Amino acid sequence: MNRENAVEVIDVSKNFGSYQALSSVNFEIRENEFFTMLGPSGCGKTTLLRMIAGFETPDTGRLLLHGRDIVDIPPHKRRVNTVFQSYALFPHMTLAQNVAFGLENLGWDKARITARVGEMLERVHMSAFANRKPAQLSGGQRQRIALARALAPKPEVLLLDEPLSALDLKLRQAMRDELRTLQRDTGITFVFVTHDQEEALDMSDRIAVLGSGEVQQIGTPLQIYEEPSNRFVADFVGETNFFEVDVLKATEKTATVRTPFGQVISVPSPAQVPVGKATLSIRPEKLNLGDQVEGVDFLAEVVKKQYLGGYTHYLLSAGGVEIRASRRNASRESDTIAVGSPVHVGFIEGSARVLAA
Amino acid sequence: MSEATAHHADTPRRRRQINLPYVGLAPAWLLMIFALIIPILIIIAVSFAVRGAYGGFDWGFDLSGYRQILFNEGWTGEMEFTPQYLIIILRTILLATVTTVLCLILAVPVAYWIAGQPGHRKSVLVFLVTLPFWMSMILRVYAWMIILGKDGPLLRFFEFFGAPSGMTFMYNDGATLAAMVYTYIPLMVLPVFASIEKLDGTLIEAAHDLYGNRWTTLRRVILPLTAPGIASGGILVFVPAFGAVLEPTLMGGGKQMMMGSLIQLQFGGGRNWPFGAAIAMILMMLVMLVLVGLALRSARNEVES
Repeated sequence: MNRENAVEVIDVSKNFGSYQALSSVNFEIRENEFFTMLGPSGCGKTTLLRMIAGFETPDTGRLLLHGRDIVDIPPHKRRVNTVFQSYALFPHMTLAQNVAFGLENLGWDKARITARVGEMLERVHMSAFANRKPAQLSGGQRQRIALARALAPKPEVLLLDEPLSALDLKLRQAMRDELRTLQRDTGITFVFVTHDQEEALDMSDRIAVLGSGEVQQIGTPLQIYEEPSNRFVADFVGETNFFEVDVLKATEKTATVRTPFGQVISVPSPAQVPVGKATLSIRPEKLNLGDQVEGVDFLAEVVKKQYLGGYTHYLLSAGGVEIRASRRNASRESDTIAVGSPVHVGFIEGSARVLAA
Repeated sequence: MSEATAHHADTPRRRRQINLPYVGLAPAWLLMIFALIIPILIIIAVSFAVRGAYGGFDWGFDLSGYRQILFNEGWTGEMEFTPQYLIIILRTILLATVTTVLCLILAVPVAYWIAGQPGHRKSVLVFLVTLPFWMSMILRVYAWMIILGKDGPLLRFFEFFGAPSGMTFMYNDGATLAAMVYTYIPLMVLPVFASIEKLDGTLIEAAHDLYGNRWTTLRRVILPLTAPGIASGGILVFVPAFGAVLEPTLMGGGKQMMMGSLIQLQFGGGRNWPFGAAIAMILMMLVMLVLVGLALRSARNEVES
């Protein structure tokens, strides 16, 4: 087996009653990477994470941890640790005891445990709280202890189940940096589960977008955002406009299409689309507005606008098709387009994407 | 001057604020006074009273009720140590303790099992646990007398498989214990079930995740977190088991006297109310000792956490 892969998921399926949570999922997680499973609730991401931890068993398929099949190994014998969404700190133990728990079960000697617990508490800036109980901590502090507890035994893989979802916005952003640093410093493979695309884009080396029990796309944050491989990914990650287009000619990498606004353009596509109907996807920030615009150019009417400080969002209409655009307010006078007035909309062909309908 | 007036104006309002809640508690207070405090005061008074010549008692202050627990007046009027009542007290402590421990051992797995069942089945099972309470306790004990009795199904069953004739299940300590455990076990199952039900399942997963096997998880996570339920179940079983009368009398055949029966005897056939009241006080104080001990322990745990 490939030694560079920390985890390999091979043909894994899982049903809960008549509900298919995962249908023959395949992917691998590389050694030392920050890997994120991103998807809406019910997409199967948590089920996959729980399978790697050992709390769920796949109906079919195999799971390899560093090349070793772990399907039949119980959770307490897998060198994998989890940071739970609710943190799951033991309320009757002090923080030091919480962090020591895994080490004691691994049979480390006392001196080594004490040293490691001290080191981990130091690392998450919680040394001063060693003898407190979890109930006396804030959400962010609990989060840190949960991390320290899961990292202390030096697991082969660290699993994180939406660990930031219970924190408030400010803390969540600070924790993102901290998680990323921790991953780089420890060199441990992180498998992170979230439904928050921003978290995924910010922290991950690679992202697996999951939808309805299947892997929709795997790639770097840039690939996922700029080169979505289907409608689901384009829609779930970021905002986008979908226009129905007629495919006139297609190769494996590009398609020549007629837009609903009349132009015939040549646009990149992830795979060859059949001649006929297809979807053109273009993100709102890639549309330029003004009196004069570059690239593909058509006229639209401003229906509504939303001033958000740094950006203004516009809802436009052209020939009965709704278009969402957003523009950065580079200066105080940037926002000059009035509701009800006609405006030129333009985009570069290369920034759009043709996807199967 | 102005300060004094302000203070003056403040006082009545504050007093009203303090008093109002107590008025609302009046029914509870009345219940406590008439159903608990006054009866206990009467028993205390009786325990110090003088035994009447033809039963009953005369008010007074006499310690003979208490003295009688340990000493007997000999023919010549000297006091000699008689351990028989002390033995009854110790035997009662033993019976209540063994009952509590057996209930605990049997109830904890049952409670875990029920807590793990799906919703609707769980409520049916909890209902079934409470079902015996719908019937009078004395009837339930009689039912056990029939089951274990001379022509009962259990004996028939064993005789069918060649048990020697003359074998008997009734009128011994085992029969008493069986009925005691049967009677009090629901009082253990329910609080233990409630505390397991409240236990966060992810904590158990976290324990497994951190390399804890089943035994470690039970010992270090599940038991400490369900300890309050186990403790209250223990109290609920121990306290009534300590004063049990029916089971030792009917199932044990009254051969082994317990404190409950002893008290009953003194107020009835024995016609020694002060002595009966003194034993009742001892029983109550022993129970209080256990409860205060437990309360202190949990208070200490609170301070720690």
